[in-house]
Amino acid sequence: MIQRLRDQLLIPALAVVMGLFVGAIVMIVTSPLIDGQFQLDLPLKAYGALIDGSVGSFNAIIQTLVEATPLVLAGLAVGLGFKAGLFNIGAQGQFLLGALGAALVGGWLAGASPWVAIPLALLAGVIAGAIYGFIPGALKAFTGAHEVVTTIMLNYIALYILAYLITGPLRDPFATFARTVDVGNAALPLLPETRNGHIGILLAAAAVPIVWWLLFRSTLGFQIRAVGANPDAARYAGMRPRALIILTMSVSGLLAGLAGAIQILGLTKHMPIGYASSIGFDAIAVALLGRSHPLGVLLAALLFGAMRAGSGLMQVRAGIPVQMIDVLQGVILFFLAADVILRWVFRVRARGTGIGQESTVTRSYGGQTSI
Amino acid sequence: MTEPQTSATAVVAPSLEMRGITKRYPGVVANDHIDLTVRPGEIHALLGENGAGKSTLMNILYGLAKPDEGEILLDGQQVDISGPTDAIRRGINMVHQHFMLIPVLTVAENILLGEEELRGRIFLDRRESRRRIRELGERFGFDIDPDEKVGRLSVGWQQRVEILKALYRDARILVLDEPTAVLTPQETEEIFAVLRRLAQDGHSIVFISHKLYEVMAIADRITVIRRGKVVGERLPSATDEDDLAELMVGREVQLTVDRGISHPGDVVLDVRGLEVRNDRGRTVVHGVDLQVRAGEILGIAGVAGNGQDELVEAITGLRRPATGSVTLAGEDVAGSSPRELHDRGIAFVPADRHRYGCILSWSIADNLVLNDYHNEPYSRGVVMDEQAMRERALEAIAQFDIRTPGPNVPMGTLSGGNQQKVVVARELDRDVRLLVLDQPTRGLDVGSVESIHRLTIAKRDSGTAVLLVSAELDEVLELSDRIAVMYRGRIVAVVDGRTAQRDEVGLLMATGGATTPTPTGGATPTPAGDAAR
Repeated sequence: MIQRLRDQLLIPALAVVMGLFVGAIVMIVTSPLIDGQFQLDLPLKAYGALIDGSVGSFNAIIQTLVEATPLVLAGLAVGLGFKAGLFNIGAQGQFLLGALGAALVGGWLAGASPWVAIPLALLAGVIAGAIYGFIPGALKAFTGAHEVVTTIMLNYIALYILAYLITGPLRDPFATFARTVDVGNAALPLLPETRNGHIGILLAAAAVPIVWWLLFRSTLGFQIRAVGANPDAARYAGMRPRALIILTMSVSGLLAGLAGAIQILGLTKHMPIGYASSIGFDAIAVALLGRSHPLGVLLAALLFGAMRAGSGLMQVRAGIPVQMIDVLQGVILFFLAADVILRWVFRVRARGTGIGQESTVTRSYGGQTSI
Repeated sequence: MTEPQTSATAVVAPSLEMRGITKRYPGVVANDHIDLTVRPGEIHALLGENGAGKSTLMNILYGLAKPDEGEILLDGQQVDISGPTDAIRRGINMVHQHFMLIPVLTVAENILLGEEELRGRIFLDRRESRRRIRELGERFGFDIDPDEKVGRLSVGWQQRVEILKALYRDARILVLDEPTAVLTPQETEEIFAVLRRLAQDGHSIVFISHKLYEVMAIADRITVIRRGKVVGERLPSATDEDDLAELMVGREVQLTVDRGISHPGDVVLDVRGLEVRNDRGRTVVHGVDLQVRAGEILGIAGVAGNGQDELVEAITGLRRPATGSVTLAGEDVAGSSPRELHDRGIAFVPADRHRYGCILSWSIADNLVLNDYHNEPYSRGVVMDEQAMRERALEAIAQFDIRTPGPNVPMGTLSGGNQQKVVVARELDRDVRLLVLDQPTRGLDVGSVESIHRLTIAKRDSGTAVLLVSAELDEVLELSDRIAVMYRGRIVAVVDGRTAQRDEVGLLMATGGATTPTPTGGATPTPAGDAAR
């Protein structure tokens, strides 16, 4: 058990270490651009500020949790897909539609009682996301269209649906910029003593054990994992891969949609035009770093959330732009994908013959596995 | 380990000598100081069970693995083989069990593949190569059209293309890895004739196999390895199959299971006029009729690829039949889903255990409930019960003698025999009406084969109808009460399993009975169009 845990954690941990290391080199190499000379201690200053800004105070910790919340939910969405052998790149589109659904219903119910407005607005987001996940799932199950292709296209469709609705029918007539109306009473309440620690944090925290239970303790999870690990064997054993693909994509969309709804109801309180968010894409990194396991996703989301929360202070204290976080995230992802390099650098031997590895990522391009 | 021929052969340097080859992998010694000497013109059989270390040894010879200890000598010269290209340059060639041919290319093109790299040339002289291919074919007694597409050749001829490819590269040492696994008895004989001619011509041949009678028939000398060690060297004239089996397994084995007398009851499976199409829409099962009774084993003999796979898939619900009926104990079940058939009492051990039979990355416990997870006691409602699954696994491990450190070990880490025991445990350990076994012992060691055969007989004796499909003719002959021969999608003959002759069934498998008088009972004449190709 300890051994297995170590195997699961080792490569992601090493990827993070390498990410920070490469980030440090980038900082040192580019430091002359700031004040004309190399600053060898810049990485220490920057990472110190990053830690201070993410866990250095109560407010910092709350900020970390707020940043991590959508990453946890969307990361679970992508990870669940991976477990079923599906690469849901569409988490971004599902996230946006979830956000739209919540903004729409929240706007309608802005004046209603919070006890009515909040659940219904969240529900709208969840349903919108689930429908947007159902579409590529059904396309895959019935036509064999690969989910990577369809979800990428659906992401664009989501983007333009949003742009049309927000500049057109859903535009707040009294706002200067194109945006939806304020969600009013549908806004998520704050946790006591916090500036923006909304209760969406609790929802994300609850989703982790629920998804874990679904995957590892329910018959549905047994089937999802079977289809992901070996769809032929699943079919032979009497499971229905088509139905499971549709269901998994829908649940995946549901989680991503919930992430979008929480972002709107908890933070922005309305949906602006060009709502800039890459949560759905960052979620892929989170799921990969977390090895698609709900607990791993939680840890990875907390890490990325912390980097986001601390990036402001890093910019102020060390003069490192917040975009450095994206560099770190990219490098970590790179080393996860190219774990051969990590194994070589750190002399980690691959265990077994590769068969013991959980299938973390989708196994197919076209539809060569019969479903 | 005496060498009676010492005086006669001492003058000729061995063409290949491997001395003290040792290869360790984490946790196992795959090769433990193995010595192997092959003389020019010798057919040397390497006999051992799966996992005994045959493949590791040959991979070392072919430069795919580096030995930890030991040396390789070619014609008395010590060599260091850096990789397959180097091995081929030195005249060592390997014919793999799974052919490395590209079906859409011609014979000549397949043979020339890789040649540009070997010879360091950019342009190939096609006319010259075609001429050489013809010449080589004639010399060794199989003339072949270099312009024929490989995909149109029979398996036996494809194998000859592989051998020709080796000869084209001036192979002096030819390694054949289980070359007869996919051949009919007749094709096997033909390949043996080719090999003998090659040996006469001075080529050295290493023949890897676990089939005892083949080794006895073809080899000049036999080296037996077990668990990475050479356990004996024998001359066919001074040994017999029982002796070899004992050497190979390390204990006395019963090569044939006493099948006893069957007491067939009512018809359990009744298939009528079944037509099945393959993935590309071609009809590959043509109007098959067959019946299996309770308490009997019906064996289906046939060369792989004659529609057996599709027939089995149609019976087990993995493939929807085009027309025809499948009746199970009086109820029409054609087109039923695998789950419905499972619930109605069909158990199915699929041919490809890695693809269908199990999930390699999962534990034994999970795999044992793969098609039963939704029933009590393994789950209640939607909640799975880990404890019940674990208990089931411990029980099956004990009962079916599955060699494993524990129930939570991933399937992929088990040997093939133990993986199959898990599948068999899952399928056999419940009351079923019909048991469908598709290649149940493919790639398994003698010990596992023995135990699976025993279990099959026991299942039959308890009143289960058994449908056995196997490309191993011996297995069909050994177990079946009745044998149906399948050829190009048709059942061409049904013969009594006790009186059937190996040659007779082999001929039916190879020709469908078109060239001989139709044998007794149930044979369908082969249409001229089919036989003419």
